[in-house]
Formats: sequence, structure tokens, C-alpha cells
Amino acid sequence: MSLTGIFLITFLVVHVGINACIWANDGGQMFNLASHFMATTIVIRIIEVGLFAGLLLHIVQGLVVEFQNRAKRKIGYAVPMGNKGSKWYSRSMGLLGTLLLFFLVVHLKDFWVPSRFMDLPTTNYDGKEVANQYAELIRIFHNPVAVVIYILGCASLMYHLLHGFQSSFRTLGVPNGKYINLIRNFGFGFSVIISIAFAMMPISVFLDWVT
Amino acid sequence: MEHYKMGLTLKIWRQKNSQSKGHFATYKVEDISSEMSFLEMIDVLNERLIREGEDPVAFDHDCREGICGTCSMYINGRPHGPWHANTVCQLHMRAYKDGDSITIEPWRANAFPVIKDLIVDRSAFDRIIQAGGYISINTGNPVDANSLPVDKNLADASFAAAACIGCGACVAACKNSSAMLFVSAKVSHLALLPQGHPERKSRALNMVAQMDKEGFGGCTNTQACESVCPKEISMTNIAKLNSEFIFAGLSE
Repeated sequence: MSLTGIFLITFLVVHVGINACIWANDGGQMFNLASHFMATTIVIRIIEVGLFAGLLLHIVQGLVVEFQNRAKRKIGYAVPMGNKGSKWYSRSMGLLGTLLLFFLVVHLKDFWVPSRFMDLPTTNYDGKEVANQYAELIRIFHNPVAVVIYILGCASLMYHLLHGFQSSFRTLGVPNGKYINLIRNFGFGFSVIISIAFAMMPISVFLDWVT
Repeated sequence: MEHYKMGLTLKIWRQKNSQSKGHFATYKVEDISSEMSFLEMIDVLNERLIREGEDPVAFDHDCREGICGTCSMYINGRPHGPWHANTVCQLHMRAYKDGDSITIEPWRANAFPVIKDLIVDRSAFDRIIQAGGYISINTGNPVDANSLPVDKNLADASFAAAACIGCGACVAACKNSSAMLFVSAKVSHLALLPQGHPERKSRALNMVAQMDKEGFGGCTNTQACESVCPKEISMTNIAKLNSEFIFAGLSE
């Protein structure tokens, strides 16, 4: 669970980096070239298979952990403990993960499926013919419903990471007497910044901040 | 602190034996002194129930000074009641005011089956200790303490972990009914000292195996256990247990 989680976190860093190219304000050239590189480089395509395998493993592990742990208390409490001692998102990783899974289905349908299996319109940069992913992105994020779904997806991601980041290091047994504050603070900053960065993409397209 | 009297509504889990179904019963108690302990308040109720020919509420208690780990009540949604770093026997009625309602439940976990009313069977903890929570090597005759240097910080950390009284509040508080805080306290306590080193690998592996066998859940680091522990056992022990377990698993 923790190893696949950390693996997926590293993917988020790459993902947010590529997406940030939309803010270059160059009509999408940098973003389209970066997307083209990701789509056509053989090493990236091999890593992509690993990514899906990691994601699938994370989902299966999560479901197993959630259902196994739930079964350990057949009779529950009349008065639940609630937030006395733990954060709601720490107790709701199964729910947040499920929301993220639904979001991922929408997200893959919006971007990954068209780029892999459909012929997107192309554009030409210095004689190089590349798929115009940027135009797709602009089109999708001008739909207010999509923007709301993406913002909710990013919020789920933030809370999932707020617990998941530090928890994965604890599970791996990192000597957290010494490093716990570093892990906790870095994890908090990472979770908030990366989620806001992702959420700002649909927002800035919808509000026409990128041209 | 000013002394006062109070009337309370108690909603208590009643269960005849481990086989029967159990239900909540509501009792009104009057003239409860703010200077009583919580268990004395239950004693008052029980004396009345006995006088009335009813079955008194069964609950575990022994030392009544917070060191035996026997008392185990889940009070208004929190193991050991509302006070921090506190056992039920150390909880006093000044924590409540006239007219309050108090719901009292037993620890809930498959691994802690209810024996009667508020008493649960915590022998699973004993079996986890039996699986490795000891030092079996022959350490010979007592030697001069200075012949075996121990880092003061490690000795302090070991002592803090050894403070665990095995009450089971960590299991009761955990949404997964995990016993990791208990097991990690026992593993850390011994692994941090030189005498515990020779058996540290088998100890971690065997105690975790027994913990799983007893039907406790896995740790997802929600930190609820740490917040209710009467001895303030730290979650850092869980990371220590994880590293002990991973290292032992990879090298054994």
C-alpha cells in the first residue's frame, strides 16, 4: 500500500510538471510538444504500463485493507469516536480513494482515451506534426460541469495525500522520531500545493487566464 | 474545587454472557458526588441494583490507581472517558454536571469478545506477549551496571514504551481494531535495550504473526490510539515496529 502510494506520488510530480506547460501562454506549443514527447517516447510508454499496474495494485491493496479491517469489529459503537483523536480524512481513505477512482475514469475518458485511441486534430510546429491536446483541454475546461468535477477530484486528491503521504512513511518504518516533523510538514505542503496546482488548470482555462 | 451533587442518566451495555445478544439499559442515578470516582459512581448504581434484586453491572477493575490496565469502559464515544492520559478508574465525577447523559459500552473488537456486560476477554494480549514479549536468553549473574553502557535517550525511549499497561484502549479506539500500538510498545521496549537485541528479529515476526492470528486489524496510522492511550505511548513505536518487522522479514 505504502510503496505503491509513493510510486503514484512520484507520478503526480511528473504529471503536474507537464500540465504546468499550459501556463507558458504560447498558444499551447510547449504543452503540445511535451504531450507529444510523453505519447511517442518508448521508455515513457513502458513506464505507463508500470503506472497502470501500480495503480491497479494500489486499488486492490486498498480494497483488501479496507474490507479486512472493517471486518475486525462486527459490533460497532453506539456513540462513534468521530474526530476525537483522528482526522476525518485519515479514517476515510477508502471513501476518498473511491472518489478518486471515479474521477480517474472521467479523467482518462476525457484525455487519455482520445490521445491513445482516437485521431485528434494535429498542429504543426516547425514542420513537426503533433496532436493538438491543448485544443482538447481548452474545449473540455470551458464546460463548467467538467471544471466542478475536476475541482472536486483535486480536493479528494488533497485529502487523500494529506493522510497518505505521511502514513506511507510511517508504514515503511522511517525512524519518525527524528524525521516525523519533516515528513509531516513536507507532506502537508506537497499535498496542498500539488492539488491546488492541478485545480488551477481547469480554473485558469475556464476563466480564460491562459491564451 | 467546589463540591456538588448531580443526577445522571446512564445508558449501559448489558449482556448476560458471551453467547447472548446484549442491549442497552437506561438507569437514573441521583445524589452522585463530584468527588466520587467514575467507578465509585458505578458502585453506587450496583449497590442499588443488588438491593432491588437485579443483576449488578459487571465491569473490570483492580488497582483503581491507573497502573493495572484492567478497567475498560468506552464512555460517550471515547475509551477511558473524556480526560487525556487517564484510565477509567482515574476519571472523577467532576468531569460531569447535573443532568448529563453518559453512554457506557465495552471495548468493541472481534479479538476482545464480551464476557459479560462491560467485561471483555483480553487474553489475546497475553498470547501476543507469550509469542515473544520477553527475553529468554540467559543473562547470567548480576553484573556492574556500568559494564553494559546504554544510551540515555534509548533507555528513556524504552522506558516510555514499557509504560504500556495493556489496557486495550488503543484497540478500542482504532477504526481497524488494530493492536499495533500495544505490540509496538512491547517490541520497542525490548528492542531498544542491549538485552533485547539477540531475539529482536524473532520477537517482531512472532508477535506480529500472533497479533494477526488473534484477529486484530492492520494499522492505517489514523493516530486515534495515541490520543486515548492512558500512558501516552507514542506512535513512533509503530514506525519502530514496522522497521523491526520489515528488517527481520528481509533478513531472517
